[in-house]
Amino acid sequence: MKAAVIVFPGSNCDRDLAEGFRKAGLDVQMVWHKDTALPEGIDIVGIPGGFSFGDYLRCGAIAANSPICGEVMTHVERGGYVLGVCNGFQVLTETKILPGALLRNANLKYICRTVGLEVAESQSIFTRAYTAGEQIRIPIAHHDGNYTADVQTLDMLEGEGRVAFRYTDNPNGADRDIAGILSANRRVLGMMPHPERACDPAQGNEDGARLFAHLTAALAEA
Amino acid sequence: MKARVHVMLKDGVLDPQGEAVKHALLGLGFEGVGGVRQGKVIELDLAEGTSEDTVTEMCEKLLANTVIESYRVELL
Repeated sequence: MKAAVIVFPGSNCDRDLAEGFRKAGLDVQMVWHKDTALPEGIDIVGIPGGFSFGDYLRCGAIAANSPICGEVMTHVERGGYVLGVCNGFQVLTETKILPGALLRNANLKYICRTVGLEVAESQSIFTRAYTAGEQIRIPIAHHDGNYTADVQTLDMLEGEGRVAFRYTDNPNGADRDIAGILSANRRVLGMMPHPERACDPAQGNEDGARLFAHLTAALAEA
Repeated sequence: MKARVHVMLKDGVLDPQGEAVKHALLGLGFEGVGGVRQGKVIELDLAEGTSEDTVTEMCEKLLANTVIESYRVELL
């Protein structure tokens, strides 16, 4: 199974995300934002955290209009899998692949700490290793993670079981404590917390490892 | 020609920065500040004859995120 990790100027979690995929047994290729095609046979695309294009204009806005993002959209339209973490989640909302938007944190502060999450939905290849309702701890590191969407969209996400993760103690003001959401076909996950920073004993936390651990098997079945 | 684009968070979208500015103004002793909304102004230097429709398209594609922001185009 093959993964591509997109690298924008200002991405800084790209290698961590690649490592998460590698540990799960995926063959990873790094893809530069100016590339106009994904490598042949990519099963899953990772959009990493960081500060693409310096967060200028809006977080993820310029990245969302980069050449490679057109290819990512084509990959999604073909039913491909995508994991967007932190800035990657912001890019996914800016491309409209996922609904809603990420506003400045309610307390206006950059927050960098480990937070509690409830796994709200286990029916996806990303969350199937967890039990719905299970509590895990994953680090966050963002200034703009305050998820918002109109009431109809929030109701739809909840009604369709597309809220993947919720904060147990909302750090940023996100609507309905939402930390991560799935696309309608459940193949795209965008989340503010960083599972790739909780994948190895050296990181002091392995709660994120299970998100990656089953990807290879799940992608093989898909 | 120039165009100026005003981008604001939509009504109903919480603006924590505006709230902080409001509290700072009240803290300075300015009374009667009921609300503050903070947006941005983008000035564009454009080729003569660029249509308002083109600027609107720029807003829709990049300059504003219409999920949370509204925009207004001013041709100068």
